[in-house]
Amino acid sequence: MRLKLEKRREPSRLMLYVTPVAAVLLTMIVGAIIFSLIGYNGLGAVKEVFLTPILNPIKWQEVAIKASPLILIGVGLAFGNRAAIWNIGAEGQYVVGALAGTGVGLLTQNYTGFWILPTMLVAGFIGGAAYGAIPAVLRTRFNVNETLSSLMMTYVAIHLLNFLVTGPWKDPSGFSFPQTALVTADQTMPTLIPGTIVHWGVALTLIIAVIMWVVMSRSVFGFQVRVVGSAPQAARYGGFSQKRTIWLVFLLSGGLAGLAGIFEVTGPFQQMSLGFPSNYGFTAIIVAFLGRLNPLGVIVAGIVLAITYVGGDIAQSALQLPNASKGIFQAMMLFFLLASDILVRYRLRVVSAAPAKDVQPVRSGA
Amino acid sequence: MDANLPLRLELIGITKSFPGVLANDHVSFAVRPGEIHALLGENGAGKSTLVKMIYGIMQPDAGEIRWNGAPVTIHNPREARKLGIGMVFQHFSLFEAMTVLENIALGMDSKIAARDLEAKIREVMTTYGLNLEPHRVVSTLSVGERQRIEIVRALLLNPKLLIMDEPTSVLTPQEVSQLFDTLRKLASEGCAILYISHKLHEIKALCDTATILRGGKLVDTCDPRQETSRSMAEKMIGGSLKDIVKPAGRTLGEAKFVVNKLSVPPVGEFGIAIDNVSFSVRAGEIFGIAGVAGNGQNALLLALSGEVVGNDGEAITLDGIWLGRLNAKQRRLKGLASVPEERNGHAAVPDFSLSDNSVLTARDRLKMVVSGLIRPGLAKAYTGRVIAEFGVKAQGVEATAGSLSGGNLQKYIMGREILQRPTVLVVSQPTWGVDAGAAAAIHQALVDLAAEGSAIVVISQDLDELLTLCDTMAVINEGRLSRVLKAGEASIEEIGLLMGGVHGDPNATAHAMEQLHAS
Repeated sequence: MRLKLEKRREPSRLMLYVTPVAAVLLTMIVGAIIFSLIGYNGLGAVKEVFLTPILNPIKWQEVAIKASPLILIGVGLAFGNRAAIWNIGAEGQYVVGALAGTGVGLLTQNYTGFWILPTMLVAGFIGGAAYGAIPAVLRTRFNVNETLSSLMMTYVAIHLLNFLVTGPWKDPSGFSFPQTALVTADQTMPTLIPGTIVHWGVALTLIIAVIMWVVMSRSVFGFQVRVVGSAPQAARYGGFSQKRTIWLVFLLSGGLAGLAGIFEVTGPFQQMSLGFPSNYGFTAIIVAFLGRLNPLGVIVAGIVLAITYVGGDIAQSALQLPNASKGIFQAMMLFFLLASDILVRYRLRVVSAAPAKDVQPVRSGA
Repeated sequence: MDANLPLRLELIGITKSFPGVLANDHVSFAVRPGEIHALLGENGAGKSTLVKMIYGIMQPDAGEIRWNGAPVTIHNPREARKLGIGMVFQHFSLFEAMTVLENIALGMDSKIAARDLEAKIREVMTTYGLNLEPHRVVSTLSVGERQRIEIVRALLLNPKLLIMDEPTSVLTPQEVSQLFDTLRKLASEGCAILYISHKLHEIKALCDTATILRGGKLVDTCDPRQETSRSMAEKMIGGSLKDIVKPAGRTLGEAKFVVNKLSVPPVGEFGIAIDNVSFSVRAGEIFGIAGVAGNGQNALLLALSGEVVGNDGEAITLDGIWLGRLNAKQRRLKGLASVPEERNGHAAVPDFSLSDNSVLTARDRLKMVVSGLIRPGLAKAYTGRVIAEFGVKAQGVEATAGSLSGGNLQKYIMGREILQRPTVLVVSQPTWGVDAGAAAAIHQALVDLAAEGSAIVVISQDLDELLTLCDTMAVINEGRLSRVLKAGEASIEEIGLLMGGVHGDPNATAHAMEQLHAS
């Protein structure tokens, strides 16, 4: 008796939804085992990372504001990945979008008016999109692999941030800390739910995700993205240009990452600082895949990954787990998801060692 | 053929199943030494699966293979070759950038010094009349010459059984007759040949016995010389064959689709350039483009469909409208539809539902898009119409294109384009790999579309198809188009010569043509 993988006639819809759940469960089981083996309380770690943020309502607001940037960036990346255009540089676009918005903020420090915050948000989107345009130019004009160029641009962005907050943009009254001046009242993202830290950016994120779901599933642009990713030759035959798709996808995913960046500056951070990059741009890659590259799925996946961020911090203080442990949990999730994805197209069958004596027709015709 | 000799190959109750399909259902037949045995059947009848089991690529689920009377289990192709089974595949496995000799050396199971190998190759080639220079680079060879490499490769092992999988689909008529001479000589020396094809007149001309498969089952073993092409075709499809009905006494209208001095640079190192191609197609006319595979048919289709956009707007016109600089979507809106040769991944997206595949090409002409949003209801209704009118066997409009069989997918694709009522339709290999029933339906649909006043261009390697369908035709050879021939006056010999029967030497072709016309 042995196990055999058999190709399915059609990809399994059930498995499409079962495998992300299985990936999370496997992460919990294997995580418990690994942390037990290296001498921590493994079960406790899994409980703190995955369950405490859900069971303790005080943690919900924290989950919400951490999920927001993950979802916003993840939705943009879902478009790129659907088109098989690999934007690995969302972290850089997130940082540059935040910088662009902050730049507007620094210029408007002495002004008041309701127009200031929206202008910063628009600048954030444009900044991220412009930064995303660089790998798009390189790819469409010079055929440079966008995976590598977008990734490398991330480090350039972080150095740009370091330069600005330690140099020209440093807060003159900030005791030499590497950070910009705090945002003014007119530059602050208003609170959504009074008495919590949940800001309007969370609501905007959810609205954008739902709109993007309509775009992905119903619009010609979403169709174009899916065709280009699934069958590039058929896309040309259908009259869709691959170059145009690369451009649109990078502008959209870069822009949404930039928007997430400026939401963070005007919301939780209140300023730009050296500690601003928080790997949301990289974690959002996991979010996009875990959410099945579907904007609604990305909302759920963003919440799951936000839970590991919040839970990781809890486990760190409660069980003295190392800071790297949440990265381990997040990476395991992606690993198990990609590994179990084979079940979408293949099924496992137990076959006996002896060849079957007689075979009944399963279904006629082909 | 001595009846006392043991059977070369005997299959007893061979059964093989895949998920969702029983590919071979208790198939039994035998091949004698020196016999040319045809294996006949439509696509999906189970020919390839059967042959793969004989050559050791797959194992049967049940049944027995006997070789020279003794039961054998063939675990892999190397064991098959050791037994003396050689195979020439439909798709060649050759490295374009290497010479003939290097390619053959790479495929050998045991190492032989290059000089010895070359001597052996030359010996095999003179014995069987296979003309080929061992030091030529493969990329410079015609498809027929490439096939000869594969045949030489198989013959070097002194096979006792040679399996040929659809060998003539890429050959000119002259190359086909050369191949048949080689095969007859081989058979006369006692080598058994298993010849897979669906070209019935070839089987009648070449084979001693024909085994016919349908739906994985053996339906008949017959003597092809005693049968008519029609009787064998009907056994193959298990029903009676419909004739194409051409409307009588139709007159062709004005020139609708005019291609004027179209040139396209080659794509990639081994790409073929389209060189100064001109032709015009009138309303109601079916214009055929014949040619051996790899002579620029693909590049021509891409240039006509708008997947590759040129610089000269005037090179392609439809009712006088310049199309040359428009992309595929814009050309469709002007009334030009196209169907490329490759179904999966080009004409259709395998992972998408049929309904989404209708959106791919019909969205603009049939107004399926309103302010950037797709109206799925319209796409589904249209797909339902295509399925119904073209008899597509599919589990509804939501079935993925990849789940359809080749013939059904082709019927869907042809239906999707034809029901949009294009003014001009350009199709490549409309019935390639499609069963006879579906092929007849597709041919009839093309004739009907032409009768309504559309201009149609059919690019095909199947001469029979072009001769039955077309009013006029031309031959493409290395990216250049021959003069236009009227269907009635074109002889197979002349078309064959134009296809490059004398390959690579235009003077030789011209000379041969003169001789042909003189005789």
